[in-house]
Amino acid sequence: MDYEFHWSIVWRHMPEMLQGAFVTLHVSVLSMLIGILIATPLAIAKLNHNKFFSPIATVWVEIARNTPGLFQIYMAYFGLGALGIHLSPYVAVLCALAFVNTGYLTETFRGGFQSIPKTQYSAAKSLGMSRFQSYRHIILPQMFRRIYHPMTNQFIWAILMSSLGILVGMNELSGETQRLQSLSFRTLEFFIVAAVMYFIITKLVLLSTALIARKLFKGEI
Amino acid sequence: MIQIKNVHKSFDDLAVLKGINLTVNKGEALSIIGGSGSGKSTLLYCINAIESIQQGQILVDDIDVHASHTNQDKLRQKLGMVFQQWNAFPHLTVLENAALAPRIVKKMRKEEAIEIAKKELIHVGLGDKLDMYPTKMSGGQQQRLAIARALAMRPDYMLFDEITSALDPELVGEVLDTLRMLRDDGITMICVTHEIAFAREVSDTVAYFHQGVIEEIGPPEQVISNPQKQTTQHFLRKVL
Ligand SMILES: Nc1ncnc2c1ncn2[C@@H]1O[C@H](COP(=O)(O)OP(=O)(O)OP(=O)(O)O)[C@@H](O)[C@H]1O
Ligand SMILES: [Mg+2]
Repeated sequence: MDYEFHWSIVWRHMPEMLQGAFVTLHVSVLSMLIGILIATPLAIAKLNHNKFFSPIATVWVEIARNTPGLFQIYMAYFGLGALGIHLSPYVAVLCALAFVNTGYLTETFRGGFQSIPKTQYSAAKSLGMSRFQSYRHIILPQMFRRIYHPMTNQFIWAILMSSLGILVGMNELSGETQRLQSLSFRTLEFFIVAAVMYFIITKLVLLSTALIARKLFKGEI
Repeated sequence: MIQIKNVHKSFDDLAVLKGINLTVNKGEALSIIGGSGSGKSTLLYCINAIESIQQGQILVDDIDVHASHTNQDKLRQKLGMVFQQWNAFPHLTVLENAALAPRIVKKMRKEEAIEIAKKELIHVGLGDKLDMYPTKMSGGQQQRLAIARALAMRPDYMLFDEITSALDPELVGEVLDTLRMLRDDGITMICVTHEIAFAREVSDTVAYFHQGVIEEIGPPEQVISNPQKQTTQHFLRKVL
C-alpha cells in the first residue's frame, strides 16, 4: 500500500465542510420538528380511531417504515419533479426525512400515550380541565418524557439518513464532501474527515439532548 | 344540592344502575356501601359526567349534568373527586399538582393559585412536602395530596371513591382522619367506602347498593346498626 495521505487540502476546505455539517444539522433538526408536529395529532387520531385521520396515519406509518430512505428521497426529488413539482434538493430531502420521521414517531408516540394510565385522564378531567388542557399539561409532558430516548434515536437516524442528500446534489456534509473530493481527487482524506465529523455531530447531539432532558425532566415517572 | 332521579346506566348489555334515586343536601355526608360490581363507582362517574347515563336525570345545584347544553368542564369545577387508584401527576411537584387546576382552569394568578394550594396542602398535613415529587411519597400521602388537589378548586361537593382501599392497612388511618377533618369543616360529600365503622361515624345517610339498585337507605343507626333487608344484613355480616 503506497497511498500517500495529503491532509492540507482538506484543511483548506474546512470552512466548506463545516458549512456542509451545518446544513446536515439544520435539515435534521427541522425534519424532527416537523415530524413531531405531525406525529402528535396522528398518534392521537389513531388512538381515538378517528374515521378520517386514523387510516391516513396507518398508511403513512406503513409506507414510511417499509420502504428504503433512498426511495423516499428519489420520490420527493425526481418523482414529484416528474409531476411538475420541482423541489430544491434541500426541500426534497427535508420532505423525505420529515415523512419518515413522522411515520416512526407516530408509532412511538402512540406507544407513549398508551403507557400513560387512564386514571391520569380522569384525574385531569375531574379537576375541570378541558381535553386540550389535559393533553397540554398532563398527558403530553409525561408522554414526551417516556419517549424521549426513542425520539433521540430517531434524531440520530435522521442525521445519518440526510447523507443520502448526496444523491440529489444537496450541499449537506456528504454532498459537499463529494463535491470537494471530485475537485481534488483526495477521496479518502475527505471522506475520513466527513466520517469523523458525522461522529462528532451525533455525539454532540446526544450530549445536548441529555442536558436538555436533565433540565426539562425533574420528577420521576 | 345533588339530586339523582331514576338514573339508569348500562355498559352495552350490562345494566349497572337500575333506577337510582338519591338526594344529598348542602352540608350532608352520604356514604355508599355495597358489594363489588354493584355500581357504586359508576354512580360517582355519572355524577361528574365522566360517564354518560341512558335514562333519568342528575341535577347539581339545579344544573342538569347530562343535558347537551351543559358545559361539563365547568360543572366539574363544582365537584371534587378522589379516586381509588392514586393518580397524582408524577411530572409535577406536590405544590404544582395542587396549584395547576386553579391556575389553568380557574385562571387564577400564579401567586394566588400557589397560596390556595399551599393552604390546602398544609391542611391535609403535607406542608413539609411541597417541593417533593409524588412518586417519592407513600400511598397515604398521595391520597391526601389528591384530596388537597381537589379542594384547591374550592368545589361545592366532594366525591370519594374507596380512597383507602388500595392502601396498606397502616396508612388507612391518616386518610380517614383527613376525611373526618373535612367533615368537621362541613364539606358536602359522597363517600363510596368499605370502611363500615367510618361510614357509621361520619355520615348523615348511608345507602346500601345491591346489583344496581339502592336496597336500603337511611341514617347509619338504621342501615348499619339495624338493617331491615336480608341482603343488607348478609352484606354487613360479611364485611364487619
Ligand atoms: N367502563 C366500563 N365498561 C364496561 N363495564 C364496566 C365499566 N366500568 C364498570 N363496568 C362494570 O359495571 C359494573 C359496576 O362497576 P362499578 O365499578 O361501578 O362497581 P363498584 O360497585 O364500584 O365495585 P367495586 O367495589 O369493585 O369498586 C361492574 O360489573 C363492572 O365490570
Ligand atoms: Mg368501585
